[in-house]
Amino acid sequence: MLQTREWSPEQIEEKKIYQEMGLSDQEYDMIKNILKRRPNFTETGIFSVMWSEHCSYKTSKPLLKKFPTKAPNVLQGPGEGAGVIDIGDNQAVVFKVESHNHPSAVEPYQGAATGVGGIIRDIFSMGARPIVSMNSLRFGNLNNERTKYLFTEVVNGIAGYGNCVGVPTVGGEVQFDDSYEENPLVNAMSIGLIHHDDIQKGLAKGIGNTILYAGPPTGRDGIHGATFASDDLGEDAAKDRPSVQVGDPFMEKLIIEACLEVIHSDALVGMQDMGAAGLTSSASEMASKAGTGLEMNLDQVPQRELNMTAYEMMLSESQERMLLCVKRGREQEIIDIFEKYGLNAVPVGEVIEEKVFRIKHLGEVVADIPVDSLADDAPVFHMPSTEAKYFQDFQKMENTVPEVADHKDMLKQLLQQPTIASKEWVYDQYDSMVQTNTVVAPGSDAAVIRIKGHDKALAITTDCNSRYIYLDPETGGKIAVAEAARNIVCSGAKPLGLTDGLNFGNPSNPEIFWQMEKSVEGMSAACTALETPVISGNVSLYNQSKGKSIFPTPVVGMVGLHESLEHITPSFFQQAGDLVYVIGEADAEFGGSELQNVLQGKYEGKAPFIDLDVEARRQKQLLEAIKAGVVVSAHDLAEGGLGVALAESTFGEKGLGAKVELTGEATVELFSETQSRFIVTVKPEHKEKFESTVEDASAIGMVTNNQTLQVLVNGAEVVNENVEELEKLWKGAIPCLLKSKA
Amino acid sequence: MKFAVIVFPGSNCDRDMYHAAKEVLGEEADLVWYQNSNLEDYDAILLPGGFSYGDYLRSGAVAATSNVMNQVREHAEKGKPVLGVCNGFQVLTESGLLPGALMRNKNLSFMCHQEELVVENNETMFTTDYEKGEIVRFPIAHGEGNYFCDEETLAELKANNQIVFTYKNNPNGSALDIAGIINKEGNVLGMMPHPERAVETLLGSDDGVRLFESVIKNWRQTYVTNA
Repeated sequence: MLQTREWSPEQIEEKKIYQEMGLSDQEYDMIKNILKRRPNFTETGIFSVMWSEHCSYKTSKPLLKKFPTKAPNVLQGPGEGAGVIDIGDNQAVVFKVESHNHPSAVEPYQGAATGVGGIIRDIFSMGARPIVSMNSLRFGNLNNERTKYLFTEVVNGIAGYGNCVGVPTVGGEVQFDDSYEENPLVNAMSIGLIHHDDIQKGLAKGIGNTILYAGPPTGRDGIHGATFASDDLGEDAAKDRPSVQVGDPFMEKLIIEACLEVIHSDALVGMQDMGAAGLTSSASEMASKAGTGLEMNLDQVPQRELNMTAYEMMLSESQERMLLCVKRGREQEIIDIFEKYGLNAVPVGEVIEEKVFRIKHLGEVVADIPVDSLADDAPVFHMPSTEAKYFQDFQKMENTVPEVADHKDMLKQLLQQPTIASKEWVYDQYDSMVQTNTVVAPGSDAAVIRIKGHDKALAITTDCNSRYIYLDPETGGKIAVAEAARNIVCSGAKPLGLTDGLNFGNPSNPEIFWQMEKSVEGMSAACTALETPVISGNVSLYNQSKGKSIFPTPVVGMVGLHESLEHITPSFFQQAGDLVYVIGEADAEFGGSELQNVLQGKYEGKAPFIDLDVEARRQKQLLEAIKAGVVVSAHDLAEGGLGVALAESTFGEKGLGAKVELTGEATVELFSETQSRFIVTVKPEHKEKFESTVEDASAIGMVTNNQTLQVLVNGAEVVNENVEELEKLWKGAIPCLLKSKA
Repeated sequence: MKFAVIVFPGSNCDRDMYHAAKEVLGEEADLVWYQNSNLEDYDAILLPGGFSYGDYLRSGAVAATSNVMNQVREHAEKGKPVLGVCNGFQVLTESGLLPGALMRNKNLSFMCHQEELVVENNETMFTTDYEKGEIVRFPIAHGEGNYFCDEETLAELKANNQIVFTYKNNPNGSALDIAGIINKEGNVLGMMPHPERAVETLLGSDDGVRLFESVIKNWRQTYVTNA
């Protein structure tokens, strides 16, 4: 446990207490320089959380600058609680992804639940009503009891919080690989809808204005959560369980409704949620961003426990709390709104001219810090980067075609791989329909949410194939963005922008930092090519356990816009007689593939090649064909290649099948994971129009009504399977693994 | 016709119910905060789904003790329609306006998907627009929808034709596959599936429209044409 005894400034220096809080010697010296004296215990705590990676991005900042963040429709890029993109009609979408990995590793239910709660607060503190939640999850292989427990409880936690708070969880992605066994990833994304005029910023403006604390009282939970999140998960991580906060979705629901009422009052100046580093970060950031100072009296802060110290209150991460800046003299108007919902809102401080962050407690000044030093003067580290040795070895390997004895058996095996298998067991536990906007529910390439009262909709997806990124971070980074955009385009929407959840290992390892650097470069290149700016994001480092790093996992959460409801396109086959096309050709690319995982139990070699110009062209042409009304269904090729994608396409409408004829090498044609490819169905009467719009499309067969998936390669039948049987295997795999004993 | 959608702290299908009544069906509707409760002007009361009071204690238990439920009771005693969906159904059983209780789903998990229901009774003011025995598709979204009551009550429900909807493939373990029941007087309907989520084909089903239309038609026949 972290020492809660309050050491004197001298002792903090002598005994290097600051190290226990996560500050280096160099950082401690910087703090002494800023204050021109030794920091006291509370101040040391405040600096340590504000300068933690979680709050300051001190090692990732130089990389994050590489992302393209601007476009004419970006109303708010990275820097606020969440990014904002214009969607016309004076409306905008607000979105962000955030990780809750370390808390979920030690206390999966609450870790995941508070992850959902935290990201939803980021959205409504911008003034937007949260309309959708998504997530991206990573676990170890489902063959041991601990992983099953983590998986089950994380899903429970997301459901428990999300369902209660009344925001539909419309899907996401779940992948299983060894590298996440002790360090699962839980990234939650939330999307809000807002009118331009309602956009709020977390600013403490106007000297003399009042700072209001709203929500439940502060307790001792989550103290130092941000620091916990910025360190390696130790073998004794269970002792950090008190650093995990406990969520109350009912409280959050009340806070949402109160805050969305408060934004319509002109007594409100600014609002920010108390997320990581609680009162410390929200208060200091609101002042720093506004160019003001802030004085707070902790005696006024509602407290859940007795005898809380200033240190504890400033570092607590008790959930569902908000900080507001309100015009002086008009506090009661805001307090009344919170009271309607049975919530406390109390004045705790005021905006001051002097740019300091001054905290009083029991009649004494317990912290007096230049406010900008917390947010802006955080050290920035340019970490050394070394090309990974394994990468050099992998690059020397030739692409070969693995031996597959029986293609139909392999198809069945692939469909049962947990990463490919149906995630119905997961999403059936999420209320995906509340708010009555869900047009395409979980289970398709992208979820689709209509905008009430308008002929338009939003497409949302999360994506990241970390196997490719491990093999080749730059190429894998490009693929992550491209694949997310492919999902959006398949649903009939134009990609608007993305939020990134960068999950990596320990950045002080130069090979890990190289992974970060290269994957960010790859993602940036794809963002530019596909015109999808990065508008918000989150960084989670030190994801490793027992000295083993996770696969680099920069999750992409992308949002697209359907310019008309007419453009919404299903990912499943719809009608017998429709022509089946595949866009793009297969090469022998099995590095990082699901087939390689099945056959070798490991990943090696080169990641699939991607040409961003080809990617952009195919996406553009497919979207054009969809908008022209000549595409019936569209599905992107991902893990398991064409074989898996064909099977999945038949799992939507009952009674359908497909007959497909391919030429080439059967294993390559069926299971290669060559990029930038799609399966599309088209009505026979639209054949010419489709072919003239999408240049790389080849007709491979037809949708049938015999409930059979039949595939011929070079005239020889390699697959002839009953669709219902295949679907049963695909749907049953995860429930079956969860039931079986390790 | 004028609908009141009662909003408890923690209700989260209130706006969906309002959207269905007001924007899809085109009737008058208000969201009524549980404390500002003058329900006299309303013709029908809708108790929405969600997690009133966080489902703490028991689902619907705290909301059932709120003052507004006294007015709902008075409204029901006048024979006016009351529809409780999901958490609203739980509030109705907790407040004794309907018999029985909703227990946790048999598999102990929350579940959300489209379910097929059988219209068992098409003679209620909520179901005259359906055929008896017709299969309709409504979404379900609940963790505690496993209907339970004692044998005597169950026999009574059957004898009085109070079972209005049953599940075709019982998802949650409900006694007699019950998805929705009505009181003896025939004006208080509670159901776990969400008709308000089934009012637009764009979202997967519009089978719920006829439930609202039945209420509206029957109300008009009673109160408008006779007026």
